[in-house]
Amino acid sequence: MVTQEILLWVRGTGLQIAVAVFVIGMVFRMLHIRMLGRKKSLAQARGSEWSGGLRTIWKRSLVSTRLSARGYFTVIAGFIFHIGFFVTLLFLSQHIDLIRAVLGLHWPAMPRGVIDMAAVLSIAAMVALLVHRFVDPVKRLLSDFQDYLTWLLSFLPLLSGFMLLREIGFEYITLLTLHIASVELLLIVAPFTKLAHMFTTFMARWYNGAVNGFKGINI
Amino acid sequence: MTTSLQNGINTLLAQIDAPTASFFSSCVHCGLCADACLFYTETGDPKYTPIHKLEPMRRLWQQEYTFWGKLMKGIGLSKPVTDEELAEWEPLVYDSCTLCGRCSLVCPVGNDIVYMVRKMREGMVASGHAPEGLKGATQRAIELGSPMGVNLNTLKAQIKHAEKETGLTVPLDVEGADYMMVLSSAEVADYPEIIGAVTRIFKQANVSWTLASDGFEGTNSGIQIGSSDLAAELVGRIVRAAKRLKVKYVISPECGHAFTALRWEGPNLIGRPFPFKVIHIIELLDQLRSEGRLKTDSKDDTRMTFHDPCQMVRRGGVIEQPRKLMNMVAPNFVEMPEPGVQNWCCGGGGGVSANHRAEPLRNQVFSRKKAQLDAVNVKTIVTSCSNCRSMLLDGLENHHMDIEVIGLTELMAEHLAEDKKGSAA
Repeated sequence: MVTQEILLWVRGTGLQIAVAVFVIGMVFRMLHIRMLGRKKSLAQARGSEWSGGLRTIWKRSLVSTRLSARGYFTVIAGFIFHIGFFVTLLFLSQHIDLIRAVLGLHWPAMPRGVIDMAAVLSIAAMVALLVHRFVDPVKRLLSDFQDYLTWLLSFLPLLSGFMLLREIGFEYITLLTLHIASVELLLIVAPFTKLAHMFTTFMARWYNGAVNGFKGINI
Repeated sequence: MTTSLQNGINTLLAQIDAPTASFFSSCVHCGLCADACLFYTETGDPKYTPIHKLEPMRRLWQQEYTFWGKLMKGIGLSKPVTDEELAEWEPLVYDSCTLCGRCSLVCPVGNDIVYMVRKMREGMVASGHAPEGLKGATQRAIELGSPMGVNLNTLKAQIKHAEKETGLTVPLDVEGADYMMVLSSAEVADYPEIIGAVTRIFKQANVSWTLASDGFEGTNSGIQIGSSDLAAELVGRIVRAAKRLKVKYVISPECGHAFTALRWEGPNLIGRPFPFKVIHIIELLDQLRSEGRLKTDSKDDTRMTFHDPCQMVRRGGVIEQPRKLMNMVAPNFVEMPEPGVQNWCCGGGGGVSANHRAEPLRNQVFSRKKAQLDAVNVKTIVTSCSNCRSMLLDGLENHHMDIEVIGLTELMAEHLAEDKKGSAA
């Protein structure tokens, strides 16, 4: 009974709180960054900030062809993790049911086999990236507590979700509770940590590209 | 906390704007910027990872501008920025960064890292942590008018020499000229041939131009050291001269940072738009070429390549123009691997060349340029930045490489049509 009550709270009030913190926190974070402002350049423009900004948002989403071996490893593992994460998030039938219940939007689910593979690849990529963070001298030097915390917070929903689908380790109800709770933890912490990069990346790319666009540099 | 540290911290905090906050917020410490930096690729030392050079500034941002940082500070888990730390970071911010901007090209989350290094230097200056060599160069620029101690008498002597050589008059302080040419210290001191070269080219192309006795020096040590006040003073001299002479254009010399200072930062430094346009000498030469006003009648068969100055390509957007000029006179012009915006720095930009402490490191990382040059096996390197030119000469000497280095403007002047004996058509 207690387990069921916890699940009810987690999927009800708990989820509402987490979503509210995520949305309000993220909006506040983005507005706070935006409101720090930047000086408008008084130099004579040679091109458009907008075209440069949008170009960079697009181009930095592609895999560069000029990477070193460690660079390729990071980028490819990073791609696999992100794609796997979003495939499981957006195309698992249970997730689509939840989205339909809340937002009224829905789309076709992917077959379970595809979801399983995406989850496994994503988990494997995350583990590989963590090991690389420990062994690569550059990443080891750069890494701080937040890097490891955000790794863990991103990893737990994937792992618990996979265990839930396979009913590994615990009872279904316990696994479901753990899975939802791990998602809520991710949502609550995201706006206050580097997980905010899920949105701020686009601002960063825009600002970088805008400087080049202003100068008429098409890169 | 010492006053200088407080000054430094206040300055750094004041430097944090929306782009900087978005960059720090987005960095996931992936380390890809390391591979774009020649100081990392040539030494393998992770401390040269570009984003790491900003660590004190990043922590200040986190502690003062984020909820997480304030929380950590509140419970005593954050590490304050100290004077010792800034002293430790000084060689990272100055000796191992040429402001080349290559790191800003590769960051997958889009961080313009060099934009932040430029800001970090403002805080370093305010906290008293700038290299002696660069401090001296900036002081000479402010007090004497040039970081290399070049003064008006030096310029006049070089003008006299150029006039004797070309048989033409070098215009000085001509009011109402269309263009005012600015030179770099190194050009006046080490490569004065440029004066004769532009005199002949402009004569042939019928360009109305002048030099200014009170605004001929374009090198801006203020930009390099990271002092906007001093940079504004140096740019202000050129602006005053250009206004006095009522010119329509100011020509940036073959000097990367002079171009950045004049073309992109200048109006922002003085707080108002320029009443004239700024054009790089190479942009102007290419414009004259396209208008049919720059004519050549000979070619140089030597196998040669072009070294792109970082501030001209990655940070300046003058990419195709030098190539069009090269193709006019150099049939055996070959590109190095990774040319144009991807080119590797000479190792001495961004004030590194004025920083004697950085010399051994600069020589070490020249191996990157050497590898680029080894791949093309050329007899001559052409460039369009006098600082790159000096750094290339130094690096080639240290690496026992027998390659000539020349400026692009001089190369063009050597092949001017109907100009075999020094007098332009």
